[in-house]
Amino acid sequence: MTGIRTEPITINLGPQHPSTHGVFRLRVTFDGEEIIDAEPVFGYLHRGTEKLAETRNYVQIVTLTDRMDYLASMSNNLAYVRTVEKLANIEVPERAQYIRVISAELQRIASHLMATGFLLNDLGALATPLVYCFRERERILDLFEMLCGARITLSYMRPGGVFQDAPEDFWPSLESLVGDLPHYLDELESLITSNEIVLARTKNVGLLTDEQAIDNSISGPNLRASGVKWDLRKADPYEIYDRVKFDVPIGAIGDTFDRYLVRILEMRESVKIIEQCLEQIAPGPIRANTPFFIRPPAGEAYSAVEGPKGELGFYMVSDGGVAPYRCKVRAPSFINITPLRDMLKGWKMGDLIIIFGSIDIVLGEVDR
Amino acid sequence: MNYLPGFIDFYTLYDFCLTLFQNFGFGDNAEWLSYLTAGVIISFIVINLMILSTAFYTWFERRVLGRFQVRRGPNRNGPFGIFQPFADVVKLIMKEDTIPTEADRPVFTLAPIALVAPTLLIMTVIPMGESSFLGSLNIGILFIVGVTSVNSIAIFMAGWGSRNKYAILGSMRGAAMLISYEIPMALGITSVLLMSGSLAMTSIVSSQDIWFIVVMPLGFFVFMAAATAEISRTPFDQIEAESELGSGYNTEFSGIKFAILFLAEFMAPIVTAAVVATLFLGGTKGFDPIPGQIWFVLKMFVVIFVLLWFRATWPRLRVDQIMGFAWKGLFGLGILNIFIVAIEIMIFRTEEGTVGTSNMLIMSAINWVIAVVTLLTLMRIYGQKKLERPIPVPSPLANMGVEAD
Amino acid sequence: MTKIISGSELASSLEKSLPGSVTDSNEVDVWVSPDSLFEVCEALKNPKGLDFSYLTSISAVDYIDSFELVYHVLSMRNNYSGVIKCRCSSDGNGRGEPTVPSVTGIWKGADLQEREIWDLMGIKFDGHPNLKRILLWEGFDGHPLRKDYLG
Repeated sequence: MTGIRTEPITINLGPQHPSTHGVFRLRVTFDGEEIIDAEPVFGYLHRGTEKLAETRNYVQIVTLTDRMDYLASMSNNLAYVRTVEKLANIEVPERAQYIRVISAELQRIASHLMATGFLLNDLGALATPLVYCFRERERILDLFEMLCGARITLSYMRPGGVFQDAPEDFWPSLESLVGDLPHYLDELESLITSNEIVLARTKNVGLLTDEQAIDNSISGPNLRASGVKWDLRKADPYEIYDRVKFDVPIGAIGDTFDRYLVRILEMRESVKIIEQCLEQIAPGPIRANTPFFIRPPAGEAYSAVEGPKGELGFYMVSDGGVAPYRCKVRAPSFINITPLRDMLKGWKMGDLIIIFGSIDIVLGEVDR
Repeated sequence: MNYLPGFIDFYTLYDFCLTLFQNFGFGDNAEWLSYLTAGVIISFIVINLMILSTAFYTWFERRVLGRFQVRRGPNRNGPFGIFQPFADVVKLIMKEDTIPTEADRPVFTLAPIALVAPTLLIMTVIPMGESSFLGSLNIGILFIVGVTSVNSIAIFMAGWGSRNKYAILGSMRGAAMLISYEIPMALGITSVLLMSGSLAMTSIVSSQDIWFIVVMPLGFFVFMAAATAEISRTPFDQIEAESELGSGYNTEFSGIKFAILFLAEFMAPIVTAAVVATLFLGGTKGFDPIPGQIWFVLKMFVVIFVLLWFRATWPRLRVDQIMGFAWKGLFGLGILNIFIVAIEIMIFRTEEGTVGTSNMLIMSAINWVIAVVTLLTLMRIYGQKKLERPIPVPSPLANMGVEAD
Repeated sequence: MTKIISGSELASSLEKSLPGSVTDSNEVDVWVSPDSLFEVCEALKNPKGLDFSYLTSISAVDYIDSFELVYHVLSMRNNYSGVIKCRCSSDGNGRGEPTVPSVTGIWKGADLQEREIWDLMGIKFDGHPNLKRILLWEGFDGHPLRKDYLG
């Protein structure tokens, strides 16, 4: 039989598409249902954060970092203020460090919940798991509202600490949330982790080996899902992470399922960290005595934290003025899509969506 | 078995019209006139009944999904939000009806009608009282199998006519999937035919002294899975595949055309539930004093709820997995079921070729054992749970230099 | 804790394997010449040597008299990190569109980051497989992160 003449079909997936998690565009060439080429196209949300930072003073830039990874503002704040503190040699009071770690870990849980929910939504589960994830995230956002009055763009941290202490009723609410979270996660896992269809769809799909992951500068849960045990909180402990005990979960082979499972396990570890912080935290000052116009000595600093999406780093150069000379962001979402093309090739349309969803990017951070 | 009064089927209506027209002196014309009048009246009843029940069903679906998703669902318009579907329809009708410039206009325009017509036609042969709207059509089940096949053409028309890449991908998938799943569906139906010994829907109902879901669970499983695929609900939601294809075959439709596609899509679960209730759940059978129609509606609701349950909780399978499930799984199971049922009928049948109630019970026992064993074995062989997650070993490429605690 | 390899240490080890590649070094930083950048990075990644298998980030800074590329590299196996800097300019005033070798052949992770630097800072990477604008659109005039870009 002579073959039927077929033609590859090129589809612009996005920028308006339900599963591209924002305004992301993938120019995909299909052979039937199979992907033969994929090219990410982005920049639709580019706001020039790095250029804007050069004209603002060090406290004002905190609000710019909120809007990068808008699902994890706390982590962005933390990464930024830590770099400024390194640049200007500011000592942070202990209580502030604890509050910062607690809020960063809460933010990690919230971000991973979103990632899990949207991954399941991409699998076609019609929003049911998503709504369950949102229910838990809502409580975390309520806590953030208590801390700083905002829910998404928080701007809670300042170079030298946090801008206000947590109110009295924050602590009992946090304790009750920490008590409930393991049950929530159990519920979520009982719905998802052993679901036959989820397993059939995600197992062995979108493999990323450890060598590939390191070569492509992948970081965060995606790196750990490939079996690389690397977590900045352990490898290079910042704040008070050396005083808490937690495990670094890793995946077995680096497929989509591992990336999902690592996130679930990380949420459980985060709960543990918060519990320990709650035991250790003691009263004290929450902000170092820093002027509003910080003038760090001329020099440069690079500092990174383990954000929910990966290694979130800031490289800042100061010329001694009130505004940074250069503020470069090492955005994990941006770098994590480097191997996308290799991961997608040969898989099908349905896999494209879940592989892309499992990388968990936020367009605000990709485009900055 | 008692029934609610007032059910009209085509032939009683025809007789009534015939006497009426003859009495009014139409003479020779009376016959075709009464055919026409009765047909129009029946069509009017069926269409309005279906549209109203679909409207109610969309409300029900959204409320039930809301319950599944820890939220409330529509509850603003009217008591419990029951008028929400009317608001939706009014909104859809008032929208601009656009046709893409590059679209194949006749095909594009005809697609919604081609999709909604077969679904309505099926309803005419479902026995909702002593007989169906078309009387006891003696080839009722063949009619259903034939008419449902039109769906795949309609979906392909919609996708092809839109000249949209998402739409064509969705309709390509749809055509492949619908055609594949017609075979297991027909196999499921065949086993019912073997048991009942008749093609007429009414006699299928009357032969179910014990519901066929009890007698042949495997057949029910095959049919239910295939029917879920035929209406392309999750986990077989490949035609629309919202998260992959945007909206699949109906991407380019808007306004009243979209409303009709939407109508057909939401009518499908009702019709499927009606067919399942007739074939496997004993149709209008029940016990007095509850009338047969109420029983039928109750059974439909149970099936609809199960379909909604699937929809709310399951993710979607990939397109090749869906085809594999049809050809490797359901096809074999369907054949096995027919084979077993046929042998059992050979053994248990009486002189008239039917199976008595006591023998049916024995059959049920055997079939349940076979069904459970087969399904468990298949789950062992094909299931994903056997793929145990290997214990993660930290890669030698990284060493954080801290003792794991 | 991640150990930070100081500039002088890096410089001495690079001088041994690639003489003439280091242009300047002090206690913190080490500067290499653009011509030898590729070889330097290859030597850095060599698992028998310094084993910097992970490219954390590439940053570009416009110092008006020249551009500076900053490579943050990390060895995951030994948990230490280092910084390599590279000054480049294509004309006497430190302006123009300087060209440096691309390191995508060594670390694939440099792919998008180099495209971003070309887009925003206007430094060309020789040997990059797909050097196009990434955040801004094709046809955009200028490179906005430069200090002399007037938006």
